[in-house]
Amino acid sequence: MPELIAKSALEGRTETLGPVTLAEVEVGPITSVALFPGGGKLAAKGLKALGLAMPGPNTFTGKKGARIVWTGRDQAFLIGVEPPALEGAALTDQTDGWTVLGLSGAGAVDVLARLVPLDLRLASCPVGTALRSQLNHMNAVILRTGDHAFEIMVFRSMARSAWHEIHAAMDMLAARAGTKF
Amino acid sequence: MRLTCPLCGERDRREFYYYGAEDYLRRPGEGAPLADWDDYLHLRDNPAGVTKDLWYHEAGCAQWLLVTRNTVTHEISGVELVAGRKE
Repeated sequence: MPELIAKSALEGRTETLGPVTLAEVEVGPITSVALFPGGGKLAAKGLKALGLAMPGPNTFTGKKGARIVWTGRDQAFLIGVEPPALEGAALTDQTDGWTVLGLSGAGAVDVLARLVPLDLRLASCPVGTALRSQLNHMNAVILRTGDHAFEIMVFRSMARSAWHEIHAAMDMLAARAGTKF
Repeated sequence: MRLTCPLCGERDRREFYYYGAEDYLRRPGEGAPLADWDDYLHLRDNPAGVTKDLWYHEAGCAQWLLVTRNTVTHEISGVELVAGRKE
């Protein structure tokens, strides 16, 4: 079989505007882990091999390279590693379905405040929070990865729209700061 | 209007989709008389006061929610998951 070349949706685009940087992030494999009814214990055994456990609502755990993100009732995304043989849950490859955008810098929270109907300030959204919500009208999973850093997962088909919306918000904030960067 | 999703927490109205009265949770069984189906499909109360209806958290955890609210005061007194609900 010929060697196929994987291409990301935005070809690794990066842009910095003032203090905020927007960049496409390469996160590796994404696998949906959806528990079968009563399958929690079996799945926990398989995840333990990776040093992970099913995360509680609105959280993610693990470090870069092997993270597990809550995405719904009895459902999580395993990111960064090939999934282990897992019983008690349905595994679905989602790698090509999502684009991950990293937003970092001191004004990142102000940028998202214009797009997301949630309080993303550190006090109510500490590092390790994973929220399913909307980025304007796009469904998104928003991860708080650092004091001034977010990762935003959107459907791959929405990648350029998401980039455009976030970039527009960054542009407005940069203009408001009084200086055109 | 804000709903407190049992999983996601307090969220804005725009994340939810309204389905209808909670009557949809009581589907008539097989062989039920036509009158029961008529009731299930068409007959709804229109209370001035407490009512229960179904909402879908489409931009969040994708769960169906049973919301208890007051049509007069707009107070929302309860939100529970339809999944795992005990009759």
